[in-house]
Amino acid sequence: MTDASATRKASVPWQNARIVRIVRQTSRIKSFFFAPPHPFQHLAGQHVDLRLTAPDGYSAVRSYSIASAPGSSGEIELAVERLDDGEVSPFLHEVAEVGDEIELRGPLGGHFIWTAADGGPLLLIGGGSGLVPLMAMIRYRRSIGSDVPTLLLLSSRTWEDVLYRDELLELDSSGDGFSLMLTLTRGVSARSGDYSRRIDAAMIEEALARLPVAPRHVFICGSNPFVNTAADASLAAGLAAPIIRTERYGT
Amino acid sequence: MATRGFTGRGRSGSEAERIPPGQHLVEDFPVLSAGPTPRIYPEKWSFTLKIGPKPVKMWSWAEFNALPQTKATRDIHCVTAWSKLNTSWEGVLIDDLLAEAGVEAPTPYLLAHSYDGYSTNVPLADLTGGRAMIALRYEGKPLEPDHGGPARLLVPHLYFWKSAKWINGLQFTERDEPGFWELRGYHIYGDPWREQRYTND
Repeated sequence: MTDASATRKASVPWQNARIVRIVRQTSRIKSFFFAPPHPFQHLAGQHVDLRLTAPDGYSAVRSYSIASAPGSSGEIELAVERLDDGEVSPFLHEVAEVGDEIELRGPLGGHFIWTAADGGPLLLIGGGSGLVPLMAMIRYRRSIGSDVPTLLLLSSRTWEDVLYRDELLELDSSGDGFSLMLTLTRGVSARSGDYSRRIDAAMIEEALARLPVAPRHVFICGSNPFVNTAADASLAAGLAAPIIRTERYGT
Repeated sequence: MATRGFTGRGRSGSEAERIPPGQHLVEDFPVLSAGPTPRIYPEKWSFTLKIGPKPVKMWSWAEFNALPQTKATRDIHCVTAWSKLNTSWEGVLIDDLLAEAGVEAPTPYLLAHSYDGYSTNVPLADLTGGRAMIALRYEGKPLEPDHGGPARLLVPHLYFWKSAKWINGLQFTERDEPGFWELRGYHIYGDPWREQRYTND
């Protein structure tokens, strides 16, 4: 006899995860490293939900992409941009401290993900903090020693606003098949060959030309106008809609 | 567990009772979708009602627009935790669609299908009784592509991923078949008042 309630799979549980480290990344982005009491394995590109609860029971939930690679330490890195009119990100930036416990649950999401079995080449296109889930893929690729050709086209406001800049520059020069194209919307790159304008179709064409063969998977993450521009340009360049996965900021 | 130092500011006074748990109000209309925004021209658009694999009725854009049009103002709730109040829509109630097709519901389960390959399951009981429509207009204007135009499903009492954008058909299924997000970790039913965000919540 089968007891349906006994075989029913559990939902992904909430847990109180301690903040073990806070690192300022740019003027608007801080990384929060969490140690969940029950560590979980995520896939690159997945997210967690955070829940903040006020003394009167009011709660606020937000989703944040995981920046860290799957595996290693049991720690989860979230890179959170401070939104001036936000409710949760200003709390994290200004009130949360190392040692605090924050409710989170994960891993969540089953679409905007990349695993080694999916293969490549990969075209990754990120705007601002839209880099975060792509960074998990880049770090995961590195951690497993993958040589899948991967190009990241990253749009940031200024050179100082480039999230994970030193890490990306180091990877770009490592010769393992990863390359970085930067475009700065309000500044000039310290490197030659980068761009100083908003993302456009010509830039996508150039990104495609830098890959040895056409990408098998395209991941685009950023604001809705950014994602639309990048996705439409990818389609115009001849890429097929089913290989293009998008993630747009909610609010 | 109360979070140290968090007071929150999302309470919405008299509107608070209209905001499901964990949700916060927005004034804009965020866009979320899994892939590129498809551009569908009304002259190429059609809508098909199927029973299992078998098409039983198909409408062109002109025929669909000639069906009875109903207005509805509803609150909507996205699983990414935003809610938007008093959104106004116009389109064809599923009740009217089924009546026009002359179809007696053969099963209590449906899948909505979209031009981009998206699908989502909604029980018949949640689509009928005036609870759902195929929306063609938003705030008095033709529905924009980013929001699912030319036509999207509107099932406002469930999380908004159930309100499939770029819809091109409804299909009766033998069983409750999970759709795109339901196969990717999201809840099979998606009631915002019970916070059914993810599988088995």
